[in-house]
Amino acid sequence: MSGKEKLAIFPSRGAQMLMKSRLAGAQKGHGLLKKKADALQMRFRMILGKIIETKTLMGEVMKEAAFSLAEAKFATGDFNQVVLQNVTKAQIKIRSKKDNVAGVNLPVFESYQDGTDTYELAGLARGGQQLSKLKKNYQKAVTLLVELASLQTSFVTLDEVIKITNRRVNAIEHVIIPRIERTLQYIISELDELEREEFYRLKKIQDKKKQAKAKAEARRLEMRALGTDDRDVANMLDEGDDDILF
Amino acid sequence: MSLHSAGKGKLLAVIGDEDTCVGFLLGGVGEINKHRHSNFMVVDKNTAVGEIEETFKRFIKRDDIDIILINQNIAEMIRHVIDSHTQPIPSVLEIPSKDHPYDASKDSILRRAKGMFNPEDIH
Repeated sequence: MSGKEKLAIFPSRGAQMLMKSRLAGAQKGHGLLKKKADALQMRFRMILGKIIETKTLMGEVMKEAAFSLAEAKFATGDFNQVVLQNVTKAQIKIRSKKDNVAGVNLPVFESYQDGTDTYELAGLARGGQQLSKLKKNYQKAVTLLVELASLQTSFVTLDEVIKITNRRVNAIEHVIIPRIERTLQYIISELDELEREEFYRLKKIQDKKKQAKAKAEARRLEMRALGTDDRDVANMLDEGDDDILF
Repeated sequence: MSLHSAGKGKLLAVIGDEDTCVGFLLGGVGEINKHRHSNFMVVDKNTAVGEIEETFKRFIKRDDIDIILINQNIAEMIRHVIDSHTQPIPSVLEIPSKDHPYDASKDSILRRAKGMFNPEDIH
């Protein structure tokens, strides 16, 4: 319980200074993290909007692509098996770059053409126009899908990072800062207590001294009244010089 | 370009019905590597769900695949496997197929996004 409420630290001035600087650090960190979370959140919303937009666009592009496939089939006859059997090397490949948002690396995919078209001669006999249109449509779809994929990847990554950042912000706000504040308060109260004690002791000592002084005075007066004057009695042994050696 | 693997060209993988696969292959995404493993899978009505799961898991494990395209009706069959894949790469994209219209509310990503935006945005 006590370990949760405050840090285990000896109440002293030094510890108070330490705690003060730690509190300042925690507050600064909290502010910075909050800013980071806000920046990420902004980016996140933007990506979310784009994803929804692209997804609806994707529906249309895919529809068009599927339709052109039907057209090509109508013109050429069934070529599914030919295509499926003649796969060799990918013509469209993906490059990934990194985009940095508030210290978070977001992958950005980019498609590029690499090598020659395997199906260059497909549709040579008939339906060539439909086939090239079909290829173009599907390439367009791929480009769009790659874009969507990078958005989606960013979305997943950002989601994760935002969760972590928010957790940290909340931890600092609700656990670390209150704990440091409680520790500070404890130190201050303890120091005050020490000070009061010290003050009381000083007063007490003063009091005692005063009493002792009064007593001595009273005794002196009494002695004088009895006739033994202790004022200027020279000591016979006192020769008036200090010991040289000791 | 071959100095660091991030710059190397990655592939798209396709899991879908015959027409979807043929379309994307004509678009030029298909590749068969030297182990004779293709990066696409044709799913017809006789394909077992376990087989799709197997292929999907294999695609996820392959490090030369960055994006997996999957028909939404097929994604629906192996939804639990897709939902358990939480890494950002490879990213799994659900696409509409020829005979199944796209339903945004089933998409795993959009379902995760649900609650962050008002429902009329999803359509």
